[in-house]
Amino acid sequence: MKLSLPDSLLRDKSSGWCPGCGHGIITRMVAEAVEELGLEENFILCTDVACGALAAYVTKWNVIGAAHGRTIIAAAGAKRVRPDQIVLAAPGDGSAYSIGIESTIHCALRNENILALVVNNCVFGMTGGQMSPESLPGQKTTSSPFGRDPARNGAPFDVVKTLGSYDIAYLARGSVSSPANVIRTGKMIRKALQKQLDGQGFCLLEILSPCPTNWGFPDDRAGKALDYMRQQQEVFYPLGEFIDKEGSKDA
Amino acid sequence: MEKVLMKGNEAFAEACIRAGCRFFSGYPITPQTEVLEYMSWRMEQVGGQFIQTESELAGINMVFGAAAAGARALTTSSGPGFSLKQEGISYLCGTDLPAVIADVMRIGSALGEIFQGQGDYWQLTRGGGHGDYRTVVLAPASVQENADLAYIAFDIAEKYRHPVIIASDAAIGQMVEPVELPPMREHDIDRYDWVIRGRKPGEEQRRMKNVFYRMGADKYPAFLLDKYRRMEENEQRWESLAVEDAELVLVAYGISSRVSKEAVKLARSRGIPLGLIRPISLWPFPQKAFDALGGQVKGFLCVEMSILGQMVDDVVLACGNRVPVGFYGEFSQVPEPEIIVERAAAMLNGKEVQA
Amino acid sequence: MSKAVLNDKKCKGCFLCASVCPKNALSDSGRINEKGYKIVALDTEKCIGCGACYRMCPDWAFEIVD
Repeated sequence: MKLSLPDSLLRDKSSGWCPGCGHGIITRMVAEAVEELGLEENFILCTDVACGALAAYVTKWNVIGAAHGRTIIAAAGAKRVRPDQIVLAAPGDGSAYSIGIESTIHCALRNENILALVVNNCVFGMTGGQMSPESLPGQKTTSSPFGRDPARNGAPFDVVKTLGSYDIAYLARGSVSSPANVIRTGKMIRKALQKQLDGQGFCLLEILSPCPTNWGFPDDRAGKALDYMRQQQEVFYPLGEFIDKEGSKDA
Repeated sequence: MEKVLMKGNEAFAEACIRAGCRFFSGYPITPQTEVLEYMSWRMEQVGGQFIQTESELAGINMVFGAAAAGARALTTSSGPGFSLKQEGISYLCGTDLPAVIADVMRIGSALGEIFQGQGDYWQLTRGGGHGDYRTVVLAPASVQENADLAYIAFDIAEKYRHPVIIASDAAIGQMVEPVELPPMREHDIDRYDWVIRGRKPGEEQRRMKNVFYRMGADKYPAFLLDKYRRMEENEQRWESLAVEDAELVLVAYGISSRVSKEAVKLARSRGIPLGLIRPISLWPFPQKAFDALGGQVKGFLCVEMSILGQMVDDVVLACGNRVPVGFYGEFSQVPEPEIIVERAAAMLNGKEVQA
Repeated sequence: MSKAVLNDKKCKGCFLCASVCPKNALSDSGRINEKGYKIVALDTEKCIGCGACYRMCPDWAFEIVD
């Protein structure tokens, strides 16, 4: 078996992400999917602000850097101008489910033909680990120091409960908590991009991702962040494909 | 060319289409809504994109994405909705992206009312959002000018890679007048080498993000100053009326300039040496119009539909504060030519005229 | 047999790779790279080239070669 890094990645450049951050894994998975589908010359990445935006500096793709919470709607604008291009919006959970939730919902209702790849690490990472819409009940963050209490702080947002009955092309949740989940999630990315190529419409793929720095495992030697994902994050946010409208050639 | 009768908002929308605009995203608000409604069927005819978005924030940020992809993109709103556009306007400026945004002004802060007003002048000309920026602001005073300014707005926006704002108001947007429409143009989304599409082999990566990330914070100030100096030098627009021998000069734009023209006629018929400078570009403010005036001018009178006299500061600066600058403002009523002449005469008699 | 190749200049010492390696072929090297990160050491004798490290490394420090 041979595994080589995709050409879209700047392999000799060090990323701005913290040690153990899932963004690097996910960016590599996207690059692999883009390469496998032969989309390198027709691919536009639309980033949000903060950690996810750092992908622009370690990849070769042309990038639109949208405002916080406006990644999905800006990506939809670009896609409508260039329907022949493949557009991936890469917001975090705060962007897609909190400040930008109206556009997440309405882009789904309009079935905009883009992929919203939502990196869910259950915190606002770049600002130092505040409570995000996805912070788990009981999760201690710098703005929920006693642990998130749904009665006090509101309940976490589950995209599957909200978009689960919408008439969209694809809704799935993957994870990078293990090599097996990375392989499964990589297939989800490829499937969603294929659906965009086929003109099926709105795809939202949420990927659970570790933030060791803000989860309190900054010097992780034993994969504690991965344990936390498997024991907490994935229990609260089950993995799977929830909408897969017309199936796909690439199952 | 043939003239047709059109509503101001619709002439504006049609001229945008004829300028090659093929992307509109926006949200309904009175008195702008006719632009949105017009685009809803007209974009269909020309093969463009029309999206009634979930909010003004979505409208402007969708324009951001469309502009980055190379389209001539437009969004329009009024007062409260225009405030919501500020986030996206700041991003367009910070990112060096062209787009056209119209504010069909209504009166008052907060919800205000749907009547004509000119209370957004500060927001329009000072930047409006966060950060170090201003935008080119063009103020039409007729249905014809709604069309004419819309037609050149995209060219100006692309020349500087900067948003251009059309400062219309309820009266200019709603009135019906004959208009000669410009010829149809198409815009090539690949016209510029900065547009975002997939990267071709051998090309440099294009990152449509804050300009200073690209060029470095050390080079950015000089770049920005140069851009603003070029806009200030090249984009001043105005109309002067009877200023050659005027001892008092009215300064008014948009709907207020129309009644001010009446006032000049009325004053002249009574032997009062009144003139008018009508700024067409609110930013850059037409300094050149003031520089060209003779030494006989004893004062200026701003006529505006605002309570606080928002343009007064700019007139004081433009005339070097050498002569008195008076102010006559109305809130919900269009200023009366008779009152304008009365105030002008009072100023010429050495009285102070404020509000 | 396939083997992992480690470019430890890219390593940031998160040890996600070590935590998923089925053969315990990855461990703390005790060394620090030029960027100042503690880095992993790869025991190629133990490595079976399964690709787990490649898939989990956020810093693209691994490739698998035949």
